[in-house]
Amino acid sequence: MFELLIFFLPASLLIIGALIVVFAKNPVHNAMGLVMTLVSLAIIYITLNATFVAMVQMLVYAGAVMTLFLFVIMMIGVDKKEQTSDSIKGQTFLVSGVFLILMSLLAYVAVNSEFSWNLWFPAVEYVVEGTPQLIAGTLFTTWIFPFEIISILLIVATAAAIALAYDSKIRNKDA
Amino acid sequence: MLEVTTDWYLTLAAILFSIGFFGMMIRKNALIMFMCIELMLNAVNLTFIAASKHFGQIDGQIAVFFVLVVAAAEVVVGLAIIVSIFRKQSSASVDVLNVSRG
Repeated sequence: MFELLIFFLPASLLIIGALIVVFAKNPVHNAMGLVMTLVSLAIIYITLNATFVAMVQMLVYAGAVMTLFLFVIMMIGVDKKEQTSDSIKGQTFLVSGVFLILMSLLAYVAVNSEFSWNLWFPAVEYVVEGTPQLIAGTLFTTWIFPFEIISILLIVATAAAIALAYDSKIRNKDA
Repeated sequence: MLEVTTDWYLTLAAILFSIGFFGMMIRKNALIMFMCIELMLNAVNLTFIAASKHFGQIDGQIAVFFVLVVAAAEVVVGLAIIVSIFRKQSSASVDVLNVSRG
């Protein structure tokens, strides 16, 4: 019973948050919906024994990335009217139809199908706890090369963000 | 007694991905579209973590780290582009962005 509760509570919060992200009109509300989604996802990670990843999720996503989003919302304003007319005729209707078909297919597979993940790929008996020690032990040995590449990616992204957001006109006027 | 299996987590991730894709398709505001991309990336992360537990391997959780870093870099660059476009056109709607010359 407790196990079911600890799955369905974060799962329903997750889906509600995702729907807020998609349907809210005010960008600040969208951002708050995204925070709700990310926090409930972190709770799900904890139930899946990935404690360190849950912590990083809270710090990086719910902390840093959301701050960045809110900062940009602050810069470009929330009261700008979003254009609601379709640029391609019947776009929203078409996408909704495709979405409904996909979801009903998914529901059919989930409820009615013979396919069982557990049957085809049997689960292991032991539990792997995602502790910092275990993750670091694999990350800095097997995955060391991708890890180095990711640091280059971060430097390039930082430089690109500065180059893109730098406004030479405003800068030169001040100087 | 119902038991929470890996299938449930995978179904949840599929639902989350579909919602993100749907939002990506119907919204016009570039900021909201970025949030929908985040939703899709998080759905993929959830499948990685679920599979990591299912197979008893830590590598899935390390893949999540890489997705996290790439997502953060993508958000940084994307938001910088939105800000610089907003300075020129004073709109964040993707429909008015028909010029991508510098």
